[in-house]
Amino acid sequence: MDLNLTWFILLGVLLAGYAVLDGFDLGVGMLHLLARGDAERRTFIATIGPIWDGNEVWLVTFGGALFAAFPEAYATIFSGFYFVFMLVLLALISRAVALEFRSKRASAAWRRSWDVVFFLSSTLATLLFGAGVGNAMIGVPLDDRGIYTGGFLRLLNPYALLVGLLAVALFLMHGTIYLHLKTAGSLHERIYRWMWRGYGFFVVMYLLATAVTLVAVPRAIASLHSYPLSWLAVALNVAALAAIPYALYRRWSGRAFLASCTTVCALVLLLGLALLPNLVTSQPLPENSLTIYNAASSPKTLWIMLVIAVIGMPFVLAYTSTIYWVFRGRVQIP
Amino acid sequence: MGEPMDLVLLSRLQFALTVMFHYLFPPVTIGLGAVLVFLEYRWLRTGDRIYHQAVRFWTKMFGINFALGVASGIVMEFQFGTNWAVYSRYVGDVFGSALAAEGIFAFFLESGFLAVLLYGWDKVSRGFHFFSTCMVALGSIFSSVWIVVANSWQQTPAGSHLVERTVNGRTFVRAEIVDFWSLVFNPSTVHRLNHVLLAAFVLGAFFAMSISAWYLLKGRHVAFARRSFTGSLLLATVASFAQLLSGHFNADMVARRQPAKLAAFEGHFQTGEGGTALYAFGWPDEDSRTVKGGLAAPKMLSFLVYQDLEQPVPGLDQLAADYGAPPVWLSFQAYHIMVALGMLFIASTSLACWYWWRGTLFEQRWLLWFFVFAVALAFVANETGWIAAEVGRQPWIVYPMQTDAGLVGGLKTSDAVSEAVSSGQVLGSLLMFGVLYAFLFALWIFLLDRTIRHGPDSLEPAVGPEAGTPLSAIAQRATHLYGE
Repeated sequence: MDLNLTWFILLGVLLAGYAVLDGFDLGVGMLHLLARGDAERRTFIATIGPIWDGNEVWLVTFGGALFAAFPEAYATIFSGFYFVFMLVLLALISRAVALEFRSKRASAAWRRSWDVVFFLSSTLATLLFGAGVGNAMIGVPLDDRGIYTGGFLRLLNPYALLVGLLAVALFLMHGTIYLHLKTAGSLHERIYRWMWRGYGFFVVMYLLATAVTLVAVPRAIASLHSYPLSWLAVALNVAALAAIPYALYRRWSGRAFLASCTTVCALVLLLGLALLPNLVTSQPLPENSLTIYNAASSPKTLWIMLVIAVIGMPFVLAYTSTIYWVFRGRVQIP
Repeated sequence: MGEPMDLVLLSRLQFALTVMFHYLFPPVTIGLGAVLVFLEYRWLRTGDRIYHQAVRFWTKMFGINFALGVASGIVMEFQFGTNWAVYSRYVGDVFGSALAAEGIFAFFLESGFLAVLLYGWDKVSRGFHFFSTCMVALGSIFSSVWIVVANSWQQTPAGSHLVERTVNGRTFVRAEIVDFWSLVFNPSTVHRLNHVLLAAFVLGAFFAMSISAWYLLKGRHVAFARRSFTGSLLLATVASFAQLLSGHFNADMVARRQPAKLAAFEGHFQTGEGGTALYAFGWPDEDSRTVKGGLAAPKMLSFLVYQDLEQPVPGLDQLAADYGAPPVWLSFQAYHIMVALGMLFIASTSLACWYWWRGTLFEQRWLLWFFVFAVALAFVANETGWIAAEVGRQPWIVYPMQTDAGLVGGLKTSDAVSEAVSSGQVLGSLLMFGVLYAFLFALWIFLLDRTIRHGPDSLEPAVGPEAGTPLSAIAQRATHLYGE
């Protein structure tokens, strides 16, 4: 396997790690206003309090790895989608501040304001991430130097917004299942009902987005033909989706969460297969696309980075699991 | 689309605003990290509860600064791509390895163990908690290592060469890595890293001393404040003296590698005959190309650079053709403020150590009042140091490489901005960051003030893994953290 493909896969791993981990805490943020009273809201924040920051590091590392491995794609995406990234930054900063500082004062007005900020920023970030994926799927106009030539509004096209809503539905479902895992008592019982609604919402959005993708993104179907592995990803996706209601019905919250994580990973896998070998697909001039070959750093850099990743990743996984182990168990605030 | 000049200026203003705001926090966490390791080690060794109280209090302070550092740090990573796309294409291959190392070795380490440091008191053993504290302190140092490596390569490139590349029929030049270790240990990395870390230790120590001095003056939490103050004073004194030495090595390196930067620092417009003077302060005037109203030590600059009183140091008149001309006034003032504050830190910490040795430190109320406010000066010293380093590098964003055949390559700041971004967009985002950061700054001050007024919590029962079942421990912890 060549180095460029290896780094494409590693970026996929980082993206999947981010979507699985930050996915549930973004979901908790979107559900936050449904929690009744201060104790429940404190519970919600306490379920993610110690770990959300580490989850976001997956995004930071994904961005850094994209910059390092495929600088052309990084420069084109970040400068082309300027206002989208500024909105993402606004959302991420507001969210971090809301999470960290909400509980520093007892005043009800203070806490309610931060609750709203937490909800809005989580929703905006999820919507924008999903819209970004949508644009990656459908393609954006690039010139022959690989520079984005569309405007700001073009990024908020109907297909991108549809995928944005799919992301919202996915993380809402993922968030309810995580909360079910981490709560107890009557709140835990209420969240059980939310899980079913979250699941229903996601399935509706998933079917809608799949149907539109099959019509609007011919690349997605082409990838099913060129990579037989895609069928495996589809099978994994469907199996995980089918496993969730069964686990919910049997009240196995751990397994439901595992199935939800698998759904997220399968979607990232499908995205990767649909894109390959492109990083940024040019539309309407596909010959201007930035691929994992013409956008890459030199083989030497990719090789050094691989050595660093091979040395470092086992440590990262070891202490990430340690930290999740330390903070295992349910949160209950009277 | 506005004028291209506006775009460069606005992009630089935005970068300056966001990086200077961000840089309020990492040095505090690096410095406080060292203070925390020391205090927690003392607590484990002596079992003295005052140390426990101190660790808990400074951990809270660390948490506030870390949260704002993370929130403002992600902006920096995005901004290379959003506003400096040409630069990103030029340096991506070289920065790749350093960035990968930063993410994997530093960020995960810091953020992971920070959870244990802040929220793990009731959930892990004391030994594991201490281990986590060490890992967070180490992680914050690691992240400064890799970012300083990347920035030092921009100042004194090494281990790389320029390659012509063709993408979709268009040809352009970028820097590519040749030798990883000579890139990492480029001529300025070690000197600059020492300088940055020592500055962070000075700031972290002054931060702790400021708050402790206020408690001492108010007669509150005296036992706690005395221990925090003297521990930090020792760190501040050692770091301030070491910084003098580090500063000398840096100036020496700059004189050889970036002579135009040194000339800008010193307001040295015209190469003269004989030894070159060293200004203590002054007002460089770029029109008349002289320093007005300054006080200078004759021949001192020649002595510091060449250890020779008579050899003239080249001025901007000789250097500008090859190295370009950095803005002199800003470089000069930023550099001189930093140096003057460094001297003030040496004098004030030495004096405090003298009183401490005499046993009368805590009776010197004027000196304690000085330390209450001196933390602001330590922030200023850190920021002006970076202004001097980055403005002195202009007009280059990546400095040309010194080779046997002369200067090669380099990327001008004015050529490095994004092609796809208009000045109107940057103006919009600049306003957004201006408003957002003004608000965050106010929030930061408010929370520091509130935490200081609240003071360290009174002593709690011993904390250990036996403190309860996981369920009740989480409940206790969550209640403790997320509100009374």
